[in-house]
Amino acid sequence: MSSVDASVERASGALRGAAAIAGPLRGAVFFGALIVTPMFGLQHWVLNMLVFVLMFAVMSSAWNLVGGFAGYPSLGHAAFFGIGAYTIGLIFRNHALTNGYEPFLWLPVIGLVGALIGWPIAAISMRTRADVFAIVTITFLFVVQTLAFNLRGITGGSQGFAMPIAPFPAATFELPFYYVLLALLAFTAGLTFAIIRSKLGLSLASVRADEDKARGIGVPTTGVKVLAFSISVGLTAMVGGVWAYYESFVYPQFAVDPLITIAIVLMTFLGGRATLWGPIVGAFILEGGQQYLAYELGGSQFYLIAYALVFLLIMLFLPRGILPTIAERRRQRVRRSTGGATPPPSLLPASPMRPAALDGDGRTSGINMRSAQAKS
Amino acid sequence: MHALIQGVIFGVLTAGVYALMASGQTLIFGIMKVINLAQGAMVILGAYLAYQLFTSFGIDPFLAIPITTVLMFGLGVAIQLVFLRPLRAQDKSELSLLITFAVALLIEGVLSVTWRTTDRSINTSYANASWTILGYQITTVRLWAFLLSLAVLGLLFLLLNRTRFGRAVRAVVQNPESARLLGVEAQRVSAVGFGIGAATAAAAGSVYGLVYPFNPGSHYDLISRLLSIVVLGGMGSVGGAVIAAVIVSTSSAIVASTVSPAWSEMTFFVILILVLLVRPQGLFGTVGRGAI
Repeated sequence: MSSVDASVERASGALRGAAAIAGPLRGAVFFGALIVTPMFGLQHWVLNMLVFVLMFAVMSSAWNLVGGFAGYPSLGHAAFFGIGAYTIGLIFRNHALTNGYEPFLWLPVIGLVGALIGWPIAAISMRTRADVFAIVTITFLFVVQTLAFNLRGITGGSQGFAMPIAPFPAATFELPFYYVLLALLAFTAGLTFAIIRSKLGLSLASVRADEDKARGIGVPTTGVKVLAFSISVGLTAMVGGVWAYYESFVYPQFAVDPLITIAIVLMTFLGGRATLWGPIVGAFILEGGQQYLAYELGGSQFYLIAYALVFLLIMLFLPRGILPTIAERRRQRVRRSTGGATPPPSLLPASPMRPAALDGDGRTSGINMRSAQAKS
Repeated sequence: MHALIQGVIFGVLTAGVYALMASGQTLIFGIMKVINLAQGAMVILGAYLAYQLFTSFGIDPFLAIPITTVLMFGLGVAIQLVFLRPLRAQDKSELSLLITFAVALLIEGVLSVTWRTTDRSINTSYANASWTILGYQITTVRLWAFLLSLAVLGLLFLLLNRTRFGRAVRAVVQNPESARLLGVEAQRVSAVGFGIGAATAAAAGSVYGLVYPFNPGSHYDLISRLLSIVVLGGMGSVGGAVIAAVIVSTSSAIVASTVSPAWSEMTFFVILILVLLVRPQGLFGTVGRGAI
């Protein structure tokens, strides 16, 4: 049972880890390696793969802010990817490019548009708890999809519309996109890092653990949830903008695709929710693997089946994600080697013999029982 | 005015099918607190099964319902036992959403490999027949679909209210802990409940296939409508789902006949937002654990 205590312990653990030098060092090594990677004369398909990996790394990190830290699993993020793509498409549709970098300068505006659209959506849908919230956001996704197909005057209907092709030399065509996305990923990761260390991060963790108690002790729950959602969808919209420019074509089948939502969520779950590096690890493994398979095998009808099966296997065997599982193993090994105390009950597997109202720390209180009921 | 009344007739007849699909979904939620995002995909699977039985063996889709419901009941039980049962209680509500979404994608993938992605429709001899009463058109298929949906809903009602199993279901919905203490096997009830949810999807699928053309991707349209209906009716309330289906489907049909069919999709979302603003728990939902 996730109790406030357990998550505060987790959050303060994250704080301690972040304060150590290991965190920034890891980040510097990771981004340093990605900066020099294209200098090894990679083939186009590898760079193309990396561009998509970075897109999904940014989006799953952004999703993690609301889906991971706040525990509100949005299934509507693909709608904001589409909103970003259509926004940049509409700006540059009838506009000759003076400079290939011009659309990139518009990205903050795209992010703002996404965040502003996300704000009222969040304010309404956050009135509900996790499961109904997922329903509302997925319904929003379907509505945006319908709009993309039906508002022919603006979106060009199912045909979509073309954007000016980026005037970069063919030999290094991918590089500007690669570095812009890398910068966006660094920004997102830095933001996540800052949020984890801030009061906002602690507030989100308390919302995730027990929203009623959090509100009871004075956390502005609605405010932090809506803020996290807006930041998250703003970043997602920016990726959508980069995508539209990269493809130089916006078509609704791919701009507003439920598969994008599911890919983002899956990557975050695979790497580990509510961790800084989890979504990035998940994106590199899944999107990298998928792009590689697509390159090797070509697109086929079996792709959807394979994707769904991978998803189901991850959910069944790694429900907490790679990084948290590794961290837990390591903790257990340390404990065993020091011959130390038994693990806290929150780490024990839940057995059917334990009543549901018994909290992680073994307390049974009226508040716990009521909040457990309200959440279900 | 004529278009309006025609829209109402159309909407009420369509509501039966939606009520059938949504009743299965809300039943699954009531028992397990699992939002089944695969309900739409199961309906489409049911439609394809009916299509195959009709084209290969000439079995009328209405008569195919006993066959498809049994098959899909088994599938539902299997999904519950293999994918949902192993989940740990604390992440159940989040993970079950994702798992049922993955199941929906799996079904969509299998359908597009087996039947390709082109639109299919079940062309029975009576597919285009209709009556005209006082200038209003009533399609035969839709009327039969409506009556059949009512019949299946009636059976579901009897099952829940007049049988031992139904009593067990209602006990689990109201309080799973107490039900378990009193000897109700919650796991078995969950498995059978998911099976019944899938079986209603199969029955609805036959009907859906008769009325609309479908392709493997059709479940995205369906699931968004179903979710609006289920949230409007109150999660877990079968009666609420039926009433919500009538409201939503009628208003959407009115929009389709008076404004434009392209915008009828939006009706669902507008209604959903209004409900969430005014009454987040839905029309018949309760804040705590519900009753069916």
